[in-house]
Amino acid sequence: MEYRAQSLFFDGELTKHTVPALYDEFPKYSNQTIFTLDLQQVTKIDSAGIAFIDEILSQLELNPDESLSMNEMVRIAYNTFTSTKLKHVKTENKLDFFTQLGSGSVDFLRSIKDGIYLIADISYWSFVGIFNKKGQRKGSVIQQALFIGVDALGIIALLSMILGLILALQSAAQLRQFGANIFVADLMGISMVTEMGPILTAIILAGRSGSSIASEIATMQVTEEIDALKMMAINPIRYVVVPKFHAITICIPLLVTASTLIGIFGGLIVAVTYLDLSATVFINRVIEVVTIRDAIIGLGKSYFFAWVIVIIGSYYGFNVKGGAEGVGKVTTQAVVASIFWIIILDAINSLIFYFNI
Amino acid sequence: MKKPIISVNNLVAKYGEETILEDISLDIYPQEVTVILGGSGCGKTTLIKNILKLYQPFAGSVKIFNKEVTNMDEQEFDDILSRIGMLFQNGALLNSLSIFDNIAIPLEQHTRLSKNVIEKMIKVKLDLVNLSYATYMVPAELSGGMKKRAALARAIALDPDILICDEPSAGLDPLTSASLDELILKLKNLLNMTIVIVTHELASIHRIADRIIFIDNGRLLFNGTLEEAKQTDIQEVKTFFEVGRF
Ligand SMILES: Nc1ncnc2c1ncn2[C@@H]1O[C@H](COP(=O)(O)OP(=O)(O)O)[C@@H](O)[C@H]1O
Ligand SMILES: [Mg+2]
Repeated sequence: MEYRAQSLFFDGELTKHTVPALYDEFPKYSNQTIFTLDLQQVTKIDSAGIAFIDEILSQLELNPDESLSMNEMVRIAYNTFTSTKLKHVKTENKLDFFTQLGSGSVDFLRSIKDGIYLIADISYWSFVGIFNKKGQRKGSVIQQALFIGVDALGIIALLSMILGLILALQSAAQLRQFGANIFVADLMGISMVTEMGPILTAIILAGRSGSSIASEIATMQVTEEIDALKMMAINPIRYVVVPKFHAITICIPLLVTASTLIGIFGGLIVAVTYLDLSATVFINRVIEVVTIRDAIIGLGKSYFFAWVIVIIGSYYGFNVKGGAEGVGKVTTQAVVASIFWIIILDAINSLIFYFNI
Repeated sequence: MKKPIISVNNLVAKYGEETILEDISLDIYPQEVTVILGGSGCGKTTLIKNILKLYQPFAGSVKIFNKEVTNMDEQEFDDILSRIGMLFQNGALLNSLSIFDNIAIPLEQHTRLSKNVIEKMIKVKLDLVNLSYATYMVPAELSGGMKKRAALARAIALDPDILICDEPSAGLDPLTSASLDELILKLKNLLNMTIVIVTHELASIHRIADRIIFIDNGRLLFNGTLEEAKQTDIQEVKTFFEVGRF
């Protein structure tokens, strides 16, 4: 690109490979008086080159009919690719949405191997994805976090409340017989923080988010969207799974904390109405018996539950077989498998802490 | 004789233990329209996906633009992929994105072009497939034929040298599918592309094909020009050209 006598001169290739550099270079000339773009010496031009020429014309406020000097080859390409003759399209954006489908089953040994690869891939790309958002959809983490977190909060709150009431009522009758009313606070505090909060949240998330992850990915697999992503040099795990992985990692501690507090509040209601304790006494007792360690154990394992949900959901989604028929099957399998592994992990966790104490 | 732009040698393709393609060898020539024919489930899609390494071939070699790709590293192969447009059987538009954003993806992934330039390119490509009015719609709002055209716009986003179309007319009514053929022909001439197309439509074949590849049961049954295909003695091919069915 060169400035010569009120004209901007181009030679050689004007293609998607050379345009980015020219585009960066152009501002150097933009305050010169330019009346024509000389494209006579251009040897190769594609739609990116034409779009670039159109962009320069509009920045210089030049009329394409008067300001272009082109050879025959460039003229043909220009007539095909110019955007200056397009009708105006109104710009309005619609909301995102997901269609849902899926299906699958794999033999056991291979599935373990594939599972390990998948875990490695997801961990790697999730870590890299924190620092580098290339190949990820913009705003997808927030969108996913809203779907996983905010939408689930209502049902989690309601069920935690009911669970808290039941737990407290069941034990209240027994505790009253021994005059050990105050121990309802110990029971509610410790069980909600270390066990009930995390497991209840995880199971609801497995049902809601695990199923939607599996079905979304399976759909994309069936409709060749995954193949299309690969064709466009996008890692499907990075594009589809990583945002969900980040979102669930952000949401799970908040949801577990909410569930725990609301469950304990359910216990408080029973303690006040049925066991003649004052709210202050109950709350002070909970704060006294629940240790930081309990809270860390509860929150810590809930992270693993969340990751299990994402990993198993995507595993079943990616391994869908057949067409759209197997949809319900793969979704169901993902939910059942997630809940199974959540409970197994919880059991392992309990064993470890039981024997270490 | 022209040099092939894609060259497949002794390709074997499997899904797990099941062999889908056995010992396929064929050449695709530049600027030609090559039609891949064969009954449903005979392995046409599998052949394309193995050529593009969307599935790794079990054995054999594939050369694209004169380079062996079977063991090529990912980065180098991405460059090759950026010169090939693919229209998938189901369109394969990303359902959660608008048509505009769908077409933006390859441009953002494979080039460093700026936003304004990309926007102009997208609008031109949508205009070429007569879909300007759907620029900001999402795929669910489009009819089958419109989705195919949108997917076609995405496939040609990077001005590919090769355009591969997997059953573009599947699921479309005859009128829509005929106009899609015309569109593909028009684009071929405008963009100077090599076309590989999977189709069963006898009418389109007569209209657009230069070369015919006929696959039966995972084997290559016939490979030659359209004229040769019309005169061949191979029974399956003959039947197809007489009655338009397999
Ligand atoms: N992902 C897959 N896993 C296992 N088998 C498959 C898969 N995709 C296709 N097949 C099988 O491979 C054969 C060829 O399929 P395909 O290449 O799609 O045929 P078509 O010629 O109709 O495009 C079919 O029998 C099909 O069932
Ligand atoms: Mg097919």
